[in-house]
Amino acid sequence: MQTSIGTGYDLSNSIFSPDGRNFQVEYAVKAVENGGTSIGIRCKDGVVLAVEKIVTSKLLKPGANKRIATVDRHLGVVCSSLFRFLSLRPSRPLTRPSPSQVYSGMLPDGRHFVDRARDEARSWRDNFKTPITTSDLASRMGNYLQAHTLYQSVRPFGITAIVGGFDAQEELPVDGQVGSGPSCGAGGKNPDKKYGGPFLYMIEPSGLYWGYYGAATGKGRQAAKAELEKLDLTGEGITLEEAVKEAARIIYVAHDDSKDKEFELEMSWISGRDGPTKGLHQEVPKALREEAERLAKKSLDDSDDEEEEKKEEDKMEE
Amino acid sequence: MDHRPQAWGRPRDDVYGAYDASYLNNSGPRTVTQSPVVTGTSVIAIKYKDGVVMAADNLASYGSLARFTDVKRLRTFLDTTVIGFGGDVSDMQFLDRHLKELATDESYEVEPTLDDEDDEESSSSKPGHLNAANLFKYLQKLMYQRRNSFDPLWNQILVAGLDSESKPFLASVDLRGTSFTSPSLATGFGAALAQPIMRKYAGTEEDAAKLTREQAVEVVKECMKVLFYRDARSLDRYSIAVVNKDGIELEEDQQLEKQSWAFAERIKGYGTQTV
Repeated sequence: MQTSIGTGYDLSNSIFSPDGRNFQVEYAVKAVENGGTSIGIRCKDGVVLAVEKIVTSKLLKPGANKRIATVDRHLGVVCSSLFRFLSLRPSRPLTRPSPSQVYSGMLPDGRHFVDRARDEARSWRDNFKTPITTSDLASRMGNYLQAHTLYQSVRPFGITAIVGGFDAQEELPVDGQVGSGPSCGAGGKNPDKKYGGPFLYMIEPSGLYWGYYGAATGKGRQAAKAELEKLDLTGEGITLEEAVKEAARIIYVAHDDSKDKEFELEMSWISGRDGPTKGLHQEVPKALREEAERLAKKSLDDSDDEEEEKKEEDKMEE
Repeated sequence: MDHRPQAWGRPRDDVYGAYDASYLNNSGPRTVTQSPVVTGTSVIAIKYKDGVVMAADNLASYGSLARFTDVKRLRTFLDTTVIGFGGDVSDMQFLDRHLKELATDESYEVEPTLDDEDDEESSSSKPGHLNAANLFKYLQKLMYQRRNSFDPLWNQILVAGLDSESKPFLASVDLRGTSFTSPSLATGFGAALAQPIMRKYAGTEEDAAKLTREQAVEVVKECMKVLFYRDARSLDRYSIAVVNKDGIELEEDQQLEKQSWAFAERIKGYGTQTV
């Protein structure tokens, strides 16, 4: 494998290396890999997003500086995107030429991503008088990120975004509609087909996006993915409440105590219209979040105890 | 054949004669809405001790023609505010879309969840939140701005909900930006026909504060009946909404009940009657 340093092929976005790689994009992925862990779970009746927010300073107000944002609230077309930022010391400079360009965090990239997503959602509504679907939003944002891998004048996004949304399953009125329309509803629908439901996408700096049952990114992604794979997400699926508890537990499992001491857990969820959030993207209520955190800590302690017991047993046997 | 670009896509001059360009450059001033086209009639609302009851019928008239009979003229905002529209229906649709945009803006806002924050305030009383009183102020400015640019939104609007002190709030603004508030309000014909009835029950804020929800709903239903009897641009199907601190209960497609047209016999001077 060819190394990127010193060859000159990593100086610009618009240049491939001879073995067909775009190093700037790969560096962007590196930036993402150092941020706090964030995960998304798509369950039977909704989507849960969670992020491990490392507390970088005691001077920061607890609970402020949210990392999960709402893109569009309305009737289940709510999408949220969850973005992660780089810790204050990136392990390697993103762009080599001038060290002064070392970015202190990719949080601003996430902010811009959200701004753009909101613009997309709004222009979709202006055009079609209906909320954007999660897949359309993911597609448009994927295109936008991909466009940032093509040109000299820009750098790729230093974020991986997890986009979750609940597309309306019932027939929605057109925005501004005053009557009830024809009694048979809008045309072009297949009665045997199910429409809408919970959706989850993850968009990477290259612009690549895929739909997921469970998505994880950031520092603890390996541990988080391993935990997500243990859940039954593809078959029967788990309920929203279970997913909230699992999400909290996974963030706690993926957290590396030795490197970062303090972190805040930020969680949001989206259900269908008949679920707890009534189709809106909302922060998980404080009581439920605290309960989930309590259970997460308990299960961590339990597994620690088990390990210790095991060790003791091993010693005894010796 | 005329190959010049200005002739593209046009009927041929040699066959159809020259195009009369005076159709295109419309001389004279730019004109905006001069009168409403498809209109809704009265909206009525009355305060009670915990909130506000509002009602409007489901008719949109085209002049005197009862053109659309399933038009919902009560709109909700963020589960905290009910807005009733009288007047032009297309302007109502414009405002409805605009309100939806405002609601989306509201959802972008996130209040920090402090761990020591234990007071469970209702969402309408949070500072900075777009409650009914704030929303009304916004709409009032919007209507007045449109009036001043000589392009009014041809509506009279009632806004009901809770104010910043979580007290019932009810106010009205019209196409001129004129706004006022009162324990009971009505637009259109309702101002003449329903308002006197509602004032019997809620003449002052103190009276309104004594009304129960059931009484208020009863009064509003009675007023809708009187309006249907007397207002020729009204309908016996209507929407009624109750807004209080628990949110909004909106019932669309209600039917007027217990009508009695016995009084009609005594009315003289219309139709084929000769005496």
